[in-house]
Amino acid sequence: MGAPKIVRVGLATCGIAAGADKVFQALAQELTGQQDVWLKQTGCLGMCHNEPLVEVLTPAGESYLYTKVTPEKATDIARRHVLGGEPVRDWLFDDGHYLAKQKRVVLRNSGRIDPESIDDYLEAGGYQAIAKALREMTPEQVIGELEKSGLRGRGGAGFPTYLKWRLTRQSPGRPKYIICNADEGDPGAFMDRSVLESDPHSVLEGMLIAAYAIGAREGYIYVRAEYPLAVKRLKLALAAARERGFLGENILGSGFDFDLKLREGAGAFVCGEETALMMSIEGKRGMPRFRPPFPAESGLWGKPTSINNVETYANVPWIILNGGEAFAQYGTERSKGTKVFALAGTITRGGLIEVPMGITIREIVFEIGGGIRSGREFKAVQIGGPSGGCLPASLADTPVDYESLTQAGAIMGSGGLLVMDDSACMVDVAKFFLDFTVKESCGKCTFCRLGTKQMQAILQRITNGEGREGDLELLEELANSISRASLCGLGQTAPNPVLTTLRFFRDEYEAHLYEKRCPAKKCRALIRYQVNPDRCNGCGLCNSYCPTNAISGEKKRPFSIDQNLCTHCGLCFNVCRHEAISVN
Amino acid sequence: MEVNGTVVRPLDLLDEIVHRHNTEEGAAIPILQEVQNTFGFVAPAVLERIADLAHMSATELYSIVTFYAQFRLQPPGENLVRVCTGTACHLAGAEKILQAVENETGAREGGTSPDGKFTMERVACLGCCSLAPVVMLNEQIHGRLTPEAVRRLIKAVGRR
Ligand SMILES: Cc1cc2nc3c(=O)[nH]c(=O)nc-3n(C[C@H](O)[C@H](O)[C@H](O)COP(=O)(O)O)c2cc1C
Repeated sequence: MGAPKIVRVGLATCGIAAGADKVFQALAQELTGQQDVWLKQTGCLGMCHNEPLVEVLTPAGESYLYTKVTPEKATDIARRHVLGGEPVRDWLFDDGHYLAKQKRVVLRNSGRIDPESIDDYLEAGGYQAIAKALREMTPEQVIGELEKSGLRGRGGAGFPTYLKWRLTRQSPGRPKYIICNADEGDPGAFMDRSVLESDPHSVLEGMLIAAYAIGAREGYIYVRAEYPLAVKRLKLALAAARERGFLGENILGSGFDFDLKLREGAGAFVCGEETALMMSIEGKRGMPRFRPPFPAESGLWGKPTSINNVETYANVPWIILNGGEAFAQYGTERSKGTKVFALAGTITRGGLIEVPMGITIREIVFEIGGGIRSGREFKAVQIGGPSGGCLPASLADTPVDYESLTQAGAIMGSGGLLVMDDSACMVDVAKFFLDFTVKESCGKCTFCRLGTKQMQAILQRITNGEGREGDLELLEELANSISRASLCGLGQTAPNPVLTTLRFFRDEYEAHLYEKRCPAKKCRALIRYQVNPDRCNGCGLCNSYCPTNAISGEKKRPFSIDQNLCTHCGLCFNVCRHEAISVN
Repeated sequence: MEVNGTVVRPLDLLDEIVHRHNTEEGAAIPILQEVQNTFGFVAPAVLERIADLAHMSATELYSIVTFYAQFRLQPPGENLVRVCTGTACHLAGAEKILQAVENETGAREGGTSPDGKFTMERVACLGCCSLAPVVMLNEQIHGRLTPEAVRRLIKAVGRR
């Protein structure tokens, strides 16, 4: 009897949304009870655009990756390839570019191991880093290794991780706490969710190492409420780690005690900010407070606390096992290692990618992402979500590291990277982010609470075609005041999306303002839908969809749209099968 | 109410939840979360009782419930439709999806339809950006939607 064939199905949220659970069932029907075949669930391989994914591994170690698998295809793959031994060539993934430029440190186990099995994690070298730290290293040596690695926080601000740990370690108060920030609220960012769904033990192990280095015996994981699968897998991981003695008292016989509690967020973006997050764990409204004192001195319940992001922790076991220098060989002078990005937008290949720092935006968009979908023009990337900025195609050679991005006007942020083509209206995008911050402002600081509302009102009137002379200057003035007079990062960075679009796409603002025109044809008040009588065959489909009965006509004759009734919702444009509706 | 096959009084259930968490520091939010998971929403009368049992002020609990978007003071409809309006979905036409859901269910954003069948919410991001635009209908995420597809989806559920 030989080694088994392994069949892996990516069952993270995106995969399931694309139908991977049905694919799994179809495979199970064919393969359950078969000798030498092992059907496994795994996490995210990062190729969202190709979900659902099925990978067949032969005993000889060859890997065959099938993409966009349907239950019917799955049945065929099971019969012809897994049982029959003949790969179904037509459905195999054949795009090596997507992975060629990537380097997997954080995602080392994602899509490979079963996230619900601690044995799988152990087999992949799991919990060896904490064993090494406990047996061979002093806490100071652990911190020294982190210092050599150059690891900086992946939650947005990029603070050196070793320094945060050292400061917390040296802080006199007791007990000390550590926290994992898994609140991930930036729209367009799902890196942390994916890590937790695909490899939760790596994060737990990173936290164990941090706790040992800092001298904490208790920790919290604060995870976003909208991530039910991540919560479920974290709970399973915590229970398994406790059962095997990786959490609890006298871990691995070393005398080191540590345990973790899970707290679910309750739907407030600002709770991703560290001081607000601690308020929330304490059971209060999550409102940020002034720093200093920093959490390292006075954090949760006034005790020294070190808080790190999910991805930051997931790097740690790798660094301890491979050494700080090995980590520092990736990246640039001041930004070491890799960064995970959620690559989305109108690109050919989107998903979760992990790239060495210093890679250019161009390489990400064109070599990994395969360029713009459907042949349109690459216009801009949005990096860093509501705190970040839009960089134009002309800056595509900007390297992705903390300093270069900040200099260009964006930020590294937590890892949302959205690619836009020329159908995106930059004023609309800026307004989108401001709508978000207005909603999520906790209301503590006047400038953030009211200033963002004023900016939103101005953007609203500009996109409505009611902009006034001087509006752009007023936006800039408000932006400046809000940044300076807000307590936390939310307010301080809220104007960034507006400022960068004003800087790089001022002509678009001016077109809205002075010509009452939306060049991208996005802003509802500035566009008109019309029926092209030469193309309209009078089927009446648009008429049946129009929510305001603005479309009328006789069957089999060209219809027409009453501009007074039309709300520019675009439903007719979407449903028309003859491209007879035009937008101007 | 029935829990694991046995009939229990809702109040007993409520008290049990509070007592179980109450030894923990900062338990208010986990208590409220479990109460909402159990009953679907946190009714004002329930808040008062939690406040009594947990020795907190009802005002404080109200301030928490109104701060966090997750909590509902009204009972939700039979089905929960969450329309993702994250960045990728926004660019892929989330507003049109939102409008199609409103038109089809009769529920306004944040509200429940007159027939009680649907509650509709806007969420910041479901993290399935490559499938944009997406909608979460009860526990299931649906991606690559068009206004037409989401109408069909809702019709199918509404008929049940
Ligand atoms: C409004 C706001 C939201 C934030 N959201 C997150 C978040 O979702 N996840 C995160 O790790 N950090 C977030 N941060 C940053 C945290 O305050 C903190 O810097 C980070 O958790 C530290 O971890 P790191 O050093 O590992 O990056 C946010 C900050 C602000 C101002």
